[in-house]
Amino acid sequence: MTFQKKYIFAAAAILFGALAPFIINPYELSLLGRFLALSILAMGIMLTWGEAGILSLGQGVFFGLGGYALAMHLKLEGLNLANGDMPDFMVWSGVSALPGFWYPFANPYFSLACVVIVPGAFAAAFSWLVFRRRVGGVYFALITQALALAFSTLLISQQAYTGGFNGLTDYSTMFGIDITTEYAARYIYWITFLFVVAVYFFLRWLLASRYGVMLRATRDGENRVRFLGHDPVPYKVVAFGIAGALAGIGGALFTLHAGVVSPALVGVVPSIEMVVWVAVGGRNILWGAIAGTLLVNFAKDQISSAFPSLWLYGLGALFILAVSFLPAGIAGLFRPGSGEERVMRRILSRRKLSTAE
Amino acid sequence: MNAIPAPILMMENVTVDFDGFKALTDVSLNLTPGDLRILIGPNGAGKSTLCDTIIGRVRPTSGKIIFKDQVITNLPEQEIVRRGICRKFQTPGVLPTLTVFENLLVAGRKNRAWYRSFTTKTPPAETARAEEILTQIGLEDRRNIIAADLAHGEKQWLEIGMVVATDADLLLLDEPTAGMGPTDTQRTAQLILSLLGRHAVLVIDHDMSFVEALNGYVTVLHQGQILAEGTVAEIRADAQVTAVYLGRAEDAEPAHA
Ligand SMILES: Nc1ncnc2c1ncn2[C@@H]1O[C@H](COP(=O)(O)OP(=O)(O)OP(=O)(O)O)[C@@H](O)[C@H]1O
Ligand SMILES: [Mg+2]
Repeated sequence: MTFQKKYIFAAAAILFGALAPFIINPYELSLLGRFLALSILAMGIMLTWGEAGILSLGQGVFFGLGGYALAMHLKLEGLNLANGDMPDFMVWSGVSALPGFWYPFANPYFSLACVVIVPGAFAAAFSWLVFRRRVGGVYFALITQALALAFSTLLISQQAYTGGFNGLTDYSTMFGIDITTEYAARYIYWITFLFVVAVYFFLRWLLASRYGVMLRATRDGENRVRFLGHDPVPYKVVAFGIAGALAGIGGALFTLHAGVVSPALVGVVPSIEMVVWVAVGGRNILWGAIAGTLLVNFAKDQISSAFPSLWLYGLGALFILAVSFLPAGIAGLFRPGSGEERVMRRILSRRKLSTAE
Repeated sequence: MNAIPAPILMMENVTVDFDGFKALTDVSLNLTPGDLRILIGPNGAGKSTLCDTIIGRVRPTSGKIIFKDQVITNLPEQEIVRRGICRKFQTPGVLPTLTVFENLLVAGRKNRAWYRSFTTKTPPAETARAEEILTQIGLEDRRNIIAADLAHGEKQWLEIGMVVATDADLLLLDEPTAGMGPTDTQRTAQLILSLLGRHAVLVIDHDMSFVEALNGYVTVLHQGQILAEGTVAEIRADAQVTAVYLGRAEDAEPAHA
């Protein structure tokens, strides 16, 4: 019997992922869990940026929507709302009663549904408004960046409702279970890992479907697709909506691991960082998005604890290096000549030509 | 009942004005179902603009376009295609990262609703038709290559194949032989002739040897206006056409003469 190398590799990765709580120490496990949560968002960027050609510099917004949707519930758990109880930060801000839009989040199921639906629907609606007016490319990237700025500014300015600069933190139970124990951390890790695997296979299927072909067709030649009688807008909107929902799921899981969600995680700089993970890992290969996220974030953890001021420069350098020398990312190196890298180079040079016209 | 079938497309007094520059002035043109029409004219005559106007990429300033007895002048582009007009662009517009076969499948989708794409199965009829077209355009052995890797002439054929795959009743082919050598040009002429009957075809070209091989009814466009219409022989004999176009074209392109 002969096994292809890639199946052995995949099986080893899944096995390690599943058994990690028994292999690495709790600190490393908490880092791995966080970064895997981020890689769910990164797979969404692979879908929009790599496969649909839509660069978003505002994925932090959808990440934040998911994170806050869950954190709002966590802040309310254990409070007696009928008694007029409120989250601590509201009391400190002198709010007299819990704001109306907070109430439904007392229900955990409502909150969990919001984690997916709010960022997914918001991303879909927002991108529909933009794409149907045929705005794309750099303009879309700029609009999403403005959105990230607006969102983080809004969160900071509405201290009494959002926890302001500090965000939402200091929560301890979910479904009545203490989530701060080492034991709970394992389960949160496993849930995250399951999501990563499920999202991976879902996207693999999606990209192999006719939808995936249409999405790449739209990326390659939006006008050609339109003049073959297809409407390119819904294909792009669906991709962006799915990426938004995945960012939301990533945000909620990250919040569970980190015990905090705050504006510092959702603004302009984090949104750009998210794109760098995928650029480094490979934007056209699904596992590249995961690998890039883990690699860059573990590197960040090492570098920023040793030389805190250096990290942003390192990040910038990494982005420039990846884009100019490894257009298909690290994952592209594993498929020499098989297309992705060559094709990305071609697309990049074609873009240059067409903007020069 | 009529000896002459009703036109499939009628352009009535179409004028296109780009901020004061008239790219088309009062152009009227009738195309017959299943028939060939050749559109020639010097650079900048407005040939591509005429195609753009038919498919809705450019909107006419005045005038009407009627396709199968319905006015299509202001319909959205994808709707015009769905009614049965498809166009090949002047610069090859294949989808570079898709394989040759995928290019044909994207073009040949019968149900274009986006929510019908969440499946990995292609209807067998669409696969069969794509295989047929693949043979017709002579790219059987290129089936699973990405389109970016095709030679220039092969890209032109693939795009013709894509346009054919939409099963449109009217095909607009903008310079299908641009950049081709004499052998490939003759092959392209044979390919286009094989499409007639099932499709009406409007071909734009500069190359007179190609126009002669096609030997269809010719319309000459000059500075946005129709200068002459007739058979290839009549056009060749037309003093006005020779003055503005044929003489120059053959001087400019001795390789194809
Ligand atoms: N969008 C536009 N805005 C302004 N002018 C335009 C536009 N499109 C075309 N033109 C002008 O209209 C004229 C006709 O152009 P068109 O591309 O239709 O010519 P053509 O006959 O196809 O020429 P060629 O043989 O070079 O392809 C040209 O002078 C061109 O510069
Ligand atoms: Mg032209």
